[in-house]
Amino acid sequence: MLKAIALAACLALWGHAAFADDLYGTLKKIKDSGTITIGRSENSVPFSYTDSAGNPTGYSIELCSHIVDAVKQELKLDKLQVRYVTIMGTTLIPLLVNGTIDMACSTTTHTLSRQRQVDFLPTMYITGNQLLVRKDSGIHEVEDLKGKRVAVNQGTTNEKIIKAIDAQEHLGINFLDTEDQPRGWLAFESGRVDCYVTDAIVEHGLISKAAHPEQYAVVGRLLSFDPYSVVVRRDDSAFRLVGVRTIAGMIKSGEMFKLYDKWIDPIAGPMSPELKYVLMGEAYPD
Amino acid sequence: MHYNWNWSVLTTAPYFGWILSGLMWTVLIALAAWVIAFSLGSALGVARTVRSRVVRAVAAAYVELFRNIPLLVQMFLWYFVLPEVLPKAAGDWLKRGLPHAEFWTAVVCLGLYTAVRVGEQVRAGIQSIAAGQASAGLASGLTPVQVYLHILLPNAYRIILPALTTEFLSIFKNSSLALTIGVLELTGRTRQISEYTMQPIEMFLTATALYGAVTLLVALAMWRVEGRTRFPGMLTSEAS
Amino acid sequence: MTNFTWSYLAGILPLLLSGMVVTVELTAASLVGGLLLGIILAVLRISRLRVVALAAATYVNLLRSLPLLLLIFWFYFLVPLLVGRPVGGMTSALIGFILFEAAYFCEIIRAGLQSVRRGQVLAGLASGLTYAQTMRRIVLPQALRNMLPVLLTEAINLFKSTALVYVVGVRDFLTAASIIGTRDNDLVPLYLLAAGVYLVVCLAASLSVGRLRRGYAL
Repeated sequence: MLKAIALAACLALWGHAAFADDLYGTLKKIKDSGTITIGRSENSVPFSYTDSAGNPTGYSIELCSHIVDAVKQELKLDKLQVRYVTIMGTTLIPLLVNGTIDMACSTTTHTLSRQRQVDFLPTMYITGNQLLVRKDSGIHEVEDLKGKRVAVNQGTTNEKIIKAIDAQEHLGINFLDTEDQPRGWLAFESGRVDCYVTDAIVEHGLISKAAHPEQYAVVGRLLSFDPYSVVVRRDDSAFRLVGVRTIAGMIKSGEMFKLYDKWIDPIAGPMSPELKYVLMGEAYPD
Repeated sequence: MHYNWNWSVLTTAPYFGWILSGLMWTVLIALAAWVIAFSLGSALGVARTVRSRVVRAVAAAYVELFRNIPLLVQMFLWYFVLPEVLPKAAGDWLKRGLPHAEFWTAVVCLGLYTAVRVGEQVRAGIQSIAAGQASAGLASGLTPVQVYLHILLPNAYRIILPALTTEFLSIFKNSSLALTIGVLELTGRTRQISEYTMQPIEMFLTATALYGAVTLLVALAMWRVEGRTRFPGMLTSEAS
Repeated sequence: MTNFTWSYLAGILPLLLSGMVVTVELTAASLVGGLLLGIILAVLRISRLRVVALAAATYVNLLRSLPLLLLIFWFYFLVPLLVGRPVGGMTSALIGFILFEAAYFCEIIRAGLQSVRRGQVLAGLASGLTYAQTMRRIVLPQALRNMLPVLLTEAINLFKSTALVYVVGVRDFLTAASIIGTRDNDLVPLYLLAAGVYLVVCLAASLSVGRLRRGYAL
């Protein structure tokens, strides 16, 4: 009997030692299921949206497909199935936490408060809040919004920032809390509001699709600093490392800059020096 | 699978106040929309049972139009499309002149939508009353209007009370769709707070508990009323 | 608003159709599941056993007290935490709809049963039929006649309610229309198109319900 217990204990210890080096977290989940699930958006042009054939596409999606390849290599898999799940601001965190998605490839701003629940890969793009206005509105700066009607999406970092400025500078802005970006744009385009506040890159994307792009302009100083990142689960350094290594590799090989030129340049113009510096800083050595 | 719980966000300023304000808007939308739904619904129910073919046809057309388009779509049409098809002055007033335009749009949309469902219940109630009652009323010298007001409608309401409770609760719950046109009611507020605090699961629990509490209160109250107003002689549940 | 031409319509048709397939599938599956569960619940609710009746009533009232939107969310977020593996948006929406609709179907069926006068049951029992026979031969046929139109109306309702699945990322008909509308900056015409399609489909269904009702009214 004693012998049996001793043997069991030995086996348990040995087993433990063997597993110490083994896969865990997201990588284990991906290996076990043969599937990686990516959270994405339906209409965040040019980062994460649906093309005319109904498939996911965009800057973030393409970046993530490089990460998927790296995961496949890391796990030595012959086949890795990629599934896409549409996420929204409110569903992102619960879906990462409950294991429905393994990473989110959209336009999520990397914030410290979000880091309480999730983790981020290195910055892939930098934007900030600006004002989307009609050219003839006479609005040039946030101070011109005094008493105006302004649309901002419910529960976004944009809302937080513009409402804080409104309170601080006593502008008395009359807010319309739109549900999502399509409705925010529609409220603006149909003249319900004088201004729509969201990320500058999103505003450029909206203008590029408008029926009369020449009527609209993105104006004012940058009201915020919004670094976009791919979101991953918290406390999962092994999986995160694969992502960090992929992005560093893409910057070093120049692939990242090609990706920028393909997706973002046509809408927002050449890469800003700030973004270039940030990306250079992420090109960690092997 | 790791989640950091933090229930203290509930009592933190300004979130507690936001939840209360969300609940207030939800209740206001539901009550205001119910006024429209109940009065217009009763009229519709009556209109569908009168002799005049024209009146019946108009009521039927209204019912078919409003009940066959999803509420989510109707909300969108009222808010984003109606101002564009109206004369410019009226459209501009809806867009820029009317105070709390989102609230009133949600109320009208929900009220007109639910009126159809109330109307169908009222009609079913009236039709379930034995024809003899109406004839007896007419024979005893009441006008048709009096027959409806004093005999058919009161009896119909008693029969359809459980169904009316359901409709009221559904208006209360459907009011969450007002967030799609920019009213920060209860669901919208909890979504907003979850994004501000990064505690979405606490917020969903809170919203669920508040909706549950309000509707259970209404349901319990109506149970008692139903018990008192039920007609004797029908099959009834022992437990209710 | 871009050019809303036939060739444009032909281009967006596949996406719209695949959305409509999802909508129809969801409706049909929720209808069957909801009805089965609803019948069981209704029978339990009018049971003579107080505990059983109370349990069924509690379920019905609990489910009816929550907005469908929240319920779908809950299955999406919580079931994976409980079972330890992700549940797709479609599955969680389906579970949500079945559990939710069952509560409504239960009430419709119960109301139908209660619309039959108690005297009829007594008459059935007095003429020597068992309780089960009375239910099957006398109460149910009459109850079914009374409640069939309401049941069918609820089915049409269900068809429209499935539009809510956009919250869990399922691409139903309305979601497909709104994706196209946003992509092509054509949201208003696409919503009008969606409204038209829903109107035609549901109108056809509800007119046949009316015909059915007239066909065998008591």
